[in-house]
Amino acid sequence: MALETKQVAMTGNEAVANAIKQINPDVIAAYPITPQTDIVQFYSTFVANGLVDTQMVTVESEHSAMSATIGASAAGARAMTATSSQGLALMHELLHIASGFRLPIAMPVVNRAVSAPINIHCDHSDTMAALTTGWIQIYGENAQEAYDNMIQAVKIAEDPRVKLPVMVCYDGFITSHAVENLVLVPDEKVKEFVGEYKPQHRLFDFDNPITFGPLVLPDYFSEIKAQEAEGMLAAREVILEVAKEYEKISGRKYGWFEGYKLDDAERVIVVLSSAAGTAKVVVDELRAQGEKVGLLKPRVLRPFPAEELVKALSGAKVVAVMDRAETFSTQGGQIFTELRAAFYEAPKKPLMRNYIFGLGGRDTTTAHIRTVFEQLKQDQERGSVDRKVTHLDVRV
Amino acid sequence: MSNLVEIRWHARGGQGAKTASTLLAEAALSAGKYVQGFPEYGPERMGAPILAFNRIGDEPITIHSNVDNPDVVMVLDPSLIGPVNVAEGLKDGGVIIVNTDLDPVTVKQKLGVPGNFTVATVDASGIAVATIGRDIPNTPMIGALLKLREFLPFESFMERMRHDLERKFQGRQAIIEGNLSAMRRAYQEVKQA
Amino acid sequence: MTMKGYKDLPEGGVITEKGNSVLYKTGEWRSMRPNYYPEGCVHCLMCWVFCPDSAIKVENGKMLGIDYDHCKGCGICARECPRKEKALQMVKE
Repeated sequence: MALETKQVAMTGNEAVANAIKQINPDVIAAYPITPQTDIVQFYSTFVANGLVDTQMVTVESEHSAMSATIGASAAGARAMTATSSQGLALMHELLHIASGFRLPIAMPVVNRAVSAPINIHCDHSDTMAALTTGWIQIYGENAQEAYDNMIQAVKIAEDPRVKLPVMVCYDGFITSHAVENLVLVPDEKVKEFVGEYKPQHRLFDFDNPITFGPLVLPDYFSEIKAQEAEGMLAAREVILEVAKEYEKISGRKYGWFEGYKLDDAERVIVVLSSAAGTAKVVVDELRAQGEKVGLLKPRVLRPFPAEELVKALSGAKVVAVMDRAETFSTQGGQIFTELRAAFYEAPKKPLMRNYIFGLGGRDTTTAHIRTVFEQLKQDQERGSVDRKVTHLDVRV
Repeated sequence: MSNLVEIRWHARGGQGAKTASTLLAEAALSAGKYVQGFPEYGPERMGAPILAFNRIGDEPITIHSNVDNPDVVMVLDPSLIGPVNVAEGLKDGGVIIVNTDLDPVTVKQKLGVPGNFTVATVDASGIAVATIGRDIPNTPMIGALLKLREFLPFESFMERMRHDLERKFQGRQAIIEGNLSAMRRAYQEVKQA
Repeated sequence: MTMKGYKDLPEGGVITEKGNSVLYKTGEWRSMRPNYYPEGCVHCLMCWVFCPDSAIKVENGKMLGIDYDHCKGCGICARECPRKEKALQMVKE
């Protein structure tokens, strides 16, 4: 059967709302926060127009949104919510409960800076603070990837080997509110792809009553957490399997990361999400001038594909990791430190430096990317990096 | 990237620049183009100066920053000339299209910046009042744009536009026809210097 | 009781066996035990009403004794026994 090729124009949020419409979950708990609000707003019109069967629950906070989603999911429903920034921070304690209960909740997180100072624009400080909550994290560059990741997230989360919640992350405003081309997968193919949710345990199975959330003391707690870690380990296979299967209905390939002109690249930028698209333009420009530059755009941060990233970067001479969030460790951003740790056992290590960039929606232009590649070139010639961590485009 | 047209819209909150950039993107997409349409979100209020952007090309567009070096600048409110440097970063050979009843030579003098660019003017507000019945200059400005940058054939673009407007304003025929004739008039009446 | 390893436990800390609290022998917690003296008992079942652990064994409306596997020795039964000569009396374990 031929693949769909018809281009449509949608914002990132509209595309994700359409993905959720095609998934048609049983329950959505909705609470608005910029720049996520569009998703549940679009979705409420789908509900009002009878296009979906979803029970939509409006709640009074993100804490309640995640609580309601957890309750619905434990009951046996396919349940979702969506959030950004302070909203993700407010639901933080529930994030651990969703993963600890092994509930396969797929949630779009539209990346936005966490206050203070208060700001509504994109950076990754919200989801970076959630890396240790037991959620799988998948990032997308544009509306197309956000849409594709949303559909795959459901299947990854619900796989019996995984049973972990998934955050589908993409950039606030830059992706969420920009109209772009994308291609949707036909409704019936998405329906078939995600299938029916068959939970192993559910509270609404009245013939087989169970208990969710009992007190687990030191004698069993470690075992429960070891299981969770096994689920994350299993996700390493499942994410790739689901990507392969999704390619069959979409024609689009996904994996741990996207390498752009990476094979013989000596100077490489590693950067997530929309900024990677801007970097591609600069890679093209510099390649046209004979410069051996490339780009690596991570897609999955949990589980962290350490081996795959090390392998992909083993030929590079200098690597700039660009993190769109501070960690305040004084040792660089989250991706930088994890990637450096991944190289600990590697026989060949490139020089590595870190840029903290794009905070609070600071526009990241081709000029900024060019500056980074120029500094990488100087590092390569010098044989060392002149500065480990740099705040890009900050006035002094 | 070949044939990529980058557009920056200057307007005041409420004049429909965001809608214009979205409509233009959707219609260009229907005509087979790769598109982006997005506003710059700030502390936007009715009347505050705002920006919106378009990129339209023949190949997939991966750049995700604002348009700093536009080919075309669209000024929906002439009172922005002065408080805002609308010509900033304009590419060599670019064009600035202004909604005003003044002639382009006068507007070019008012701009008072050197450089190799064209100034075009169209009374989009006057046209909008006459055709739509309200001062919503965004769609006539798209008409003027198509005259100055023929990246899409006008008549087929109008077909796409009709289709998109019909979807947006279901059944409200007066608004749909008003917008289409506003675009057609602006296409015919835009003047350049 | 042998403790299950992580591969054999239900995931997410879920308890899948219904009514499995009987397996938890809370009687081990007891430092005082209620002794039952059936000769003074009038089978009013006030002990059964008040016992917070359902540890009073009753059949056909008759008090039969104490479920020492689950009685925590709280003493409520002895306190509530209305007889002057108590049919339930707390003694050291």
